[in-house]
Formats: sequence, structure tokens, C-alpha cells
Amino acid sequence: MTAVTEPLRVETDMQRDRAVTIFEKSKPGRRAFVAPELDVPKHELPERFRRAEPPKLPEIAEPEIVRHYNRLSKRNFDLDTGFYPLGSCTMKHNPKLHERVASLPGNSRLHPLQNPKRAQGALELMYSLQEALGEVAGLPHVSLQPSAGSHGELAGVLLTRAYHEDRGDQRTKILTPDTAHGTNPATVTMGGYEVVKVGTDEHGGVDVEDLRAKADESVACLMLTNPNTLGVFDRNIEEIAKIVHGVGATLYYDGANLNAVMGRTRPGDMGFDIVHFNLHKTFTQPHGGGGPGAGPIAVSDRIEPYLTKPQVVKRADGTFDLDYDRPKSIGRLRGFHGNYGVFVRSYAYILSLGADGLQEASETAVLNANYLLAKLRQLGVTELLPPAYDRLCMHEFVLSGAPMKRKLGLRTLDLAKRLLDHGFHPPTVYFPLLVEEALLVEPTETETKETLDEFAEALAEILREGAEDPEIARNAPYGTPVRRLDEAGAAKRPVIRQPL
Amino acid sequence: MSRYTSATDADRLQMLEAIGVDSIDDLFADVPEGVRLDRTLDLPPGKPEQEVYARLRDLAARNVSAEDEITFLGAGMYDHYVPALIDSILQRSEFLTPYTPYQPEISQGGLQVMFEYQTAISELTGLPVSNASVYEGPSAVAAAGWLAHTHTRKPKFLVSEGLHPHSRETLETTSAGWETTIETIPLDAGLTDLGDVGDDVAAIFVAQPNFYGAIEDLEALSAAKNGALLIVQCDPLTLGVLKPPGEFDVDIAVGEGQSLGNRLDFGGPSFGFFAAQEKYIRRMPGRIAGETTDVDGRRGFVLTLQTREQHIRREKATHNICTAQALNALAGMIYLSWLGRQGIVELGELLVSRTHYARETLTKIDGVSAWHDQPVVREFALTLSKPAAEVIEFCAERGVNPGYAAGENVLLVAITEQRSKQDIDRLAEVLEEALA
Amino acid sequence: MAEASYPDDLKYHPEHDWARVEGDTATLGITWYAQDQLGEVVFFDPPDVGTEITKDNPYAEVESVKAVSDVIAPLSGEIIEVNETLKDSPEQINEDSYGEGWLVKIKLSDPSEIDQLMDATSYEESLS
Repeated sequence: MTAVTEPLRVETDMQRDRAVTIFEKSKPGRRAFVAPELDVPKHELPERFRRAEPPKLPEIAEPEIVRHYNRLSKRNFDLDTGFYPLGSCTMKHNPKLHERVASLPGNSRLHPLQNPKRAQGALELMYSLQEALGEVAGLPHVSLQPSAGSHGELAGVLLTRAYHEDRGDQRTKILTPDTAHGTNPATVTMGGYEVVKVGTDEHGGVDVEDLRAKADESVACLMLTNPNTLGVFDRNIEEIAKIVHGVGATLYYDGANLNAVMGRTRPGDMGFDIVHFNLHKTFTQPHGGGGPGAGPIAVSDRIEPYLTKPQVVKRADGTFDLDYDRPKSIGRLRGFHGNYGVFVRSYAYILSLGADGLQEASETAVLNANYLLAKLRQLGVTELLPPAYDRLCMHEFVLSGAPMKRKLGLRTLDLAKRLLDHGFHPPTVYFPLLVEEALLVEPTETETKETLDEFAEALAEILREGAEDPEIARNAPYGTPVRRLDEAGAAKRPVIRQPL
Repeated sequence: MSRYTSATDADRLQMLEAIGVDSIDDLFADVPEGVRLDRTLDLPPGKPEQEVYARLRDLAARNVSAEDEITFLGAGMYDHYVPALIDSILQRSEFLTPYTPYQPEISQGGLQVMFEYQTAISELTGLPVSNASVYEGPSAVAAAGWLAHTHTRKPKFLVSEGLHPHSRETLETTSAGWETTIETIPLDAGLTDLGDVGDDVAAIFVAQPNFYGAIEDLEALSAAKNGALLIVQCDPLTLGVLKPPGEFDVDIAVGEGQSLGNRLDFGGPSFGFFAAQEKYIRRMPGRIAGETTDVDGRRGFVLTLQTREQHIRREKATHNICTAQALNALAGMIYLSWLGRQGIVELGELLVSRTHYARETLTKIDGVSAWHDQPVVREFALTLSKPAAEVIEFCAERGVNPGYAAGENVLLVAITEQRSKQDIDRLAEVLEEALA
Repeated sequence: MAEASYPDDLKYHPEHDWARVEGDTATLGITWYAQDQLGEVVFFDPPDVGTEITKDNPYAEVESVKAVSDVIAPLSGEIIEVNETLKDSPEQINEDSYGEGWLVKIKLSDPSEIDQLMDATSYEESLS
């Protein structure tokens, strides 16, 4: 069976060749906006403030705007359309109910500075979400303020700083494993600390002896995720927590992989002090092509005094309020209260699934990942793409394309591009850095067994084809709106806006 | 099996067999006994969709939104009209559900949107370089501060009293580990009174218009910056009628994008924009889309200058941001296309006229005076003869939310195109009653 | 450059940098192996003339689309010239690593360091 080379095309050949921007579709005089009539005396700004030339925004009427963005949308692959096993991203189904509840006017037209007395529904929703997230994490004190995982990480590092400074303790370093997601070390730098890397042992977990050697009283924190970016659960987590707490440092949990463990274990019970959640991963907020998301945090008792303000609280009389009376708070990390629209969706998800459903989600995510790995073994795919660690995975697993590169002359990149022709979004490539030619696969729980089988078959097919003629994959994709792009040219001579 | 998963009993049996284990529990064998949760999560059981909907509907009904009152609340987010086409485009699966465009061949829709958005923001601000979005306004201000600090290595920030309080607080919180200090520049008659700028200043932060609605003199401020970066938090909808930061020697323009096609949503999600002079391009935070061609010569777009970003540069990245606000930036772009070149001017002029009318009308009331006399665009501050909080309560009970208590006796009143002359007259009525 | 090459007249540092010694100055760059690992170079920002660089320490960065590499100084000295043409044509580092792709010229502060470097044969052997 040869790969269908045109599964993603909705455009004709001729349409495909013409990427046209909305500015190029503009014509002076066209418009979509009709201003309300001026019902007051006209007043003008003093000349010295007035913009002389209007900005060169598009001039285009509604039908053409709609057509432009509709046509553009068809140049995107998306989760509602197909399988998206991007490791570390948890591309699970985005329930459609969530759009309906997020757009209720009581939510969407509510001003953040409305008197809390008149925003009780919103505050109760936030409070209930906090409680639920606290239960999932095993840490009782939650702030919903951070707007993404990275933002939550920054909050965690700043909370750690406040905690140490409050004790008169000057610490300068934060430890991260060499498998850490790039946001972790980037956050450490923004937090004013030095990054120190901790090694990984032969089972894929933290090298405990290396940690022991590096953990001293200059260390403020260890940032980890468990399961980690290799998809394995670190069995030594209790010992790790002991070492870190033993030197008085905090233990931070990057919640990117929380989808593996809900209801089975909790970061708070593993010994973590601070946890961030990615609501756009585990809790189904749609990714939107790069956000919005949210990165709420849950913390232990000893970190609670430093939490951002305001905090959403429940008063003795049962009403909900914003509490600004937090003398040790680190302050705020953004305006207003956070990405409330995201909270609405995540709260609806938690209500829909409940305790049983959340646990089932994690269990099925782990089942699906292990099954897919087993299927790949069955089909012989793992001969050329062996798993980096020969053990049970959790919700994701990482394969190494090194044998494939040696034997077929095909790189993980080529495999990924050929997968596009098969109608799948490729897994995450070249991360984590520890694994040569890495392919990080996370199917999530919302996929059927049939989809997993299809995906495994597609990988097997690409390898078979690659053994016969590696040039095909090296020049893939063929059927997508554009083929391989000149990224070097884009970086050398960046053109990041249209000249007008 | 829930409504979002599909593993039947038969599926599970087959899958467990293929894996070579007996039960799901075996898959969690690596979780040490000591950390296993031996009970179910203490959460209610799952509910059918219609019950979830009912619960959410009941909660929403307990909020007093802009649907339920005539609102003049602003102070950073504004009740503008969001045109229907934005809803229909944003609900498209192809925009709503994909991830960040790491595989550009199948993400040309999202990448081209970013490119168009970057172009529009550059046009609005008059600065050549824009990224594809950050979270929102105040954290964009902090990100600009980070750029200024890493670029100049200087320890001081000068922050105008006219900067949004949330922006100042966010800068303070975010900079806790930078060994920088913040000094406040006072306002004089409503405008930033800069004075001399020392050699140790990394950046000067002002807002345009400022928090009290006054139009700042960016010419004078940029002339006095003495090697510091001038960072301006702008209100994007005013940039149709106000001289943009790019016409002055402003280094970075950031701001809150909510008023561009995004709803209030109790404060988020919206987006932050970040634009700068050419020389800062390699220090920019976040995603940037660039134009290029494919192997067959087709025009296409890719994420570019990625070596700035955390996934490549790690501890030396320009910023830690990964997920930003792409969908909200799309809404912003659609909105700017909908308004168009003429529309943004007309809307701005309408706001200027109605705002002027509102200030004139309200300051005629006994007990109301202007907090400052500077020209304003869409928001202004009033001094009241009674505590603002009290006045707001009184008016709210009568279905009019008069604005934000910016001080004990200070009321910040915001005007959008949805507040007609009639609404303004109604506000005057209740305000007069409140102060009687 | 399509094929690996390691000119005999150069000295090599284990971190994949070369030096062409000319009296009391040296021209420095990165080897074929380094540019091959990196992929197409898209950006090189030279350090300032006058900067002191120290053997074994990084003195600049070379960027490809998806990676950034430290450039390690094979010898110590003061930078007297930098290759300005790399601003517009960074790909010279790939195409002519030992010629037009040179990075900086230094005035040597400690010529005895030359003895610590490898010759072409030893360097090439160290790569396998």
C-alpha cells in the first residue's frame, strides 16, 4: 500500500500555490465597520497629539474577511480533525460543551473590576476550581493567577525566593534535570538564580548520587516533573524529596505530565512543595495554535503565605471574595485575576469527569501509551526506533531514531515529515535532548485503539518504504499546503512583517 | 469509559494482553507504595453534560455583567462591541484546537495569522518589530523590563505614577531576583514629571494615555531618556487617532490587547502585544513568525529566530514564555481587519467626542470636578465630594456602574462606542443623585 | 563544504576550533566537523575588537536554525580583527570554514599554548 499523498489538501493545486495576506486583499474604501452615529458635539484632540496618517490596516468588507480566514484555517491540521500525539503537550479532546459555557454572557461580559458582591458566580467558580485542583495535587493552597505553565514556573521560583528570603537565607542555585523542558532553566534565569544540571541514571530517573553531591545549602529548589519527559515514573522520588528537603530547599513539580497520575498518586504526597498545572494540557483548554492556556499553582502550608494576591477566598458568611490582605505575598504576576475563560472550561471538565472520570482519564492515557508501544514492538518498528528505556512507560514514551539513521539514512525529522503525508501530526521531535534523534509520543486517553493501530501501521509503512527508497521520506511531505520550508533563510534575513 | 474515552472492556483486555500485563494496576507498578493514593479523589462523581451546563448557567447568572448594567468600568479592560464574525472564525476547529506550529507545513494558517498580526501591531505602534503575542498588558510591561535589564545591565527602573497599578506591581513582583530597584516618577497636573534621568537607569515606564486618561508628551519624555530604554504601555484602540510611539524615540511599546476583539471574560484570556525598535529583534520574547519559501518556491511562513526561545536557548533564552495567546491574537487581528484603516480612526474620533462630552457633562454636577484638565481620549478621572466606593454602590443599585474607584474620592470613567449619549446622560442623572 | 577536510597547516582544539598561526597573531575559526554538526549557520555576532579571550573558554556563539554553539578559544589573546562579512553571509562558516569563514584574528598573549593543540592528523583521529 503506498501512502496517500494528498489527505490534507482541501485546496486545488492552483489555490495551494497562492498564499495571499489580508493586506494584499485590501482596497481603499472597503470596510466592514460601520461607526455609530455621532450623537454628541464633535470634539477633536489638539493637533500636536493627532496621528497624521492612519495605520495601514486592511480595508476589506466582511465577506472577504470571512473567506480569508476560512481559507487560511484549511491550511492547518488540527486536533478535531486528526491524531496529534505530541509528547509533552497532552493533545486530548477539547469538549464542545466548554465553548458554550465560556460564552455565557454572565461569564464573557463580566468586567474583572466588578464589585465581588456582584461577581459571586465567577468567584465561586474560581474557588471551586481551586479546591478541585488542590485535591488532585494533594496541596491545599491554590492560586489561579499564572497564565501558562511558564508563568506558573516563574511563580514557583519567586515563591521559593520569598520563602528563603523570609528566613534570611541567601540561596543562589536551582537544580534541574538534564531532561527538563526548556522553560525550566529559562525560568530559573528570570528568577535570578543559576541553573545547575542534575544527571539522569540508566533507568531514566534522576541520578540520585549526582543529586546528593549537588544538593547543598546554596540550592534554593529542585524542579522536576514526575513522570518525567522520558515518560518514566521516577521510583526514587521519596529519596529525592528527602535529599532536597534535607538541605532546606523547595521541591517544584512541573505539571506538564500530570495526565499520567490523576487519582493514582499526587505530587503533594510525593513531597512536592509547589505544583503548577497546565490547564491547556491535562484540563482540556483548547491550545488555540499557541494559547491561551493557564498555569495555576498549588502549594504546601509553608509556601502559602507568599502566594500571589489577590487570592479567591470563602468568607465565614459563605460569600466569596478577593483577599488582598496578604502581607507576605510576592504580589501579582499579571493584571486582574488570570485567564478566567480558561477556568470556566477546566471547571466544566472537572464537573463532567468527577473523581472517577479523572482517574479513568489517567489510567487510559497510560494504557494507550503502553499499548501503542507494544504495538510498535509487534510490528517491528522498535528495531529501528527503540524506546530509550526498556521499561513500562507512563502516558508517553520516547523512541530513538539513531538506528534508523544509521541503517536507513533517515532522520527522525524525515520520519515526521513523511507522517504528515499519512494524515497524522507527528510526535514531538528532538526532545528530550538526552535521547539521540528523539521521538516523544503521547497518544492521550481520548484516542481509540483503532487510531493507535493505524498510527503504528503508518510508522511501519514509512520504515518499509524507507528501506527501499529513503529519498521519498527525505523529500517529504508532498501533500501538505506547503512542502519543506527554508528556515535558514527565514532566520538569516528575517521578514517578520509585510512591508506596506 | 467516559464520554471522552473509548476503551471498551474488550479493548482493555486486548490492550493489556498486547502489553503483557494483567491489569491497569500493573502499569502503575513503578509508583512506590508510599506515595500511592489509596482512596478515590475527594471530588464529586462525574455528571452528565446537561447537569454540568445547568450548574455553569446558574453560576453565570449570579454575575452582574455588562449585559445587566450600563457600565463605565475601564481601568485596563473595556466593554467594546465584539463583532459576530470573530466568534464564527474562532470557533473553527482549525484555529481552536491545534498546537503551536512546530510543523510549519501543516500550520500555514496559524503562521500566516501571526505574520499578519505582527504586521498590524507594527502598523499600529509605528515600531518595526512585533512578536506574535504575550499573555496580557502588565506582564508585557515586565517582559519589557527584563529586556531592558538584560540589555543595559543597569539596576534602576523609573516608573511613572501614571502606569497602570497592575503593571507596576507585576514589574515589582517579576523583578524580585534581578537586583533592580524601582523609583516612582510623580505626576504633575496629570502628566509624568520626569526630571533628570541618571546613568544607572535601565528603563523608564509610562502609559499612553496614562492610567488617569491623560495624553502624555512622548516627545519630551524620549528626549530626556539619557540612554535608558523608554517603554510605553499603550491603549491599542487609541492608536488610530493618537501619534503612535514609533514616531518618537520610544524603544518598546507594549499593551493590553483585550479591547481589540476580545471579551472581558472577568479579566482573561486576552493578549499582550510587544513591539520594539529593530535593534532589539534578537532580544524579543516569545514566538515570531517569518516569511520564507518552500522547496518548490511557494510562499510560506515559519517560526523564526527560535534561538531566542526557551526550547533552544534554555537558561539563556530571552524569556521563558512557551504557550502565549495565539487564539486571542487572532481575534485581535480579525478585529483590526474588521475596523480597518478608516474604522479605527472613526472609532477613535467617536471615543474622543463622547469622552469629552461625558467629562463636560459630569463636571457640571455639584460635587464633581476633573482630577486633571489634560486632553483625554476614552477615559478620565474625576474627584468626587463623597467616597468613590459609596457613590459606585449607589449608582450600581440603579443599574449604572459609574466606573472604577482609583482613589478614596477618585472615579475613573471609561467610554466605549457602546456607551451612547443617552447612557452618559443617565450616568449624569444617577451621579447627581448620588452626590446630592 | 561537502567533504570533511582538516588542512595540515592548521592547529586544532578538541572543542572543534582551529587556529592559523602567523607570527605573533592567529586567525581562528571552527572546523568542518563543528559546522557539520551545527547545520547551516544563520547568525554570528562577533565579539568586539579589543576583547581579551582565554584558551579553552567560550568567546562567541554560532547559531543555526535549531541550535546555538559556544565557540571555544583555542589560544589566548586580544582580538585585533573580526570577520564583518559574516553578518551578511554567515553561511561562509559552512562553505569555507578555513577560508572566508574565519571568525576572529587575535594577537597571541601566550604562544606556548600552541604546543597544547593538535595537528590535523591527531584531530581527525580524535573524531572517530
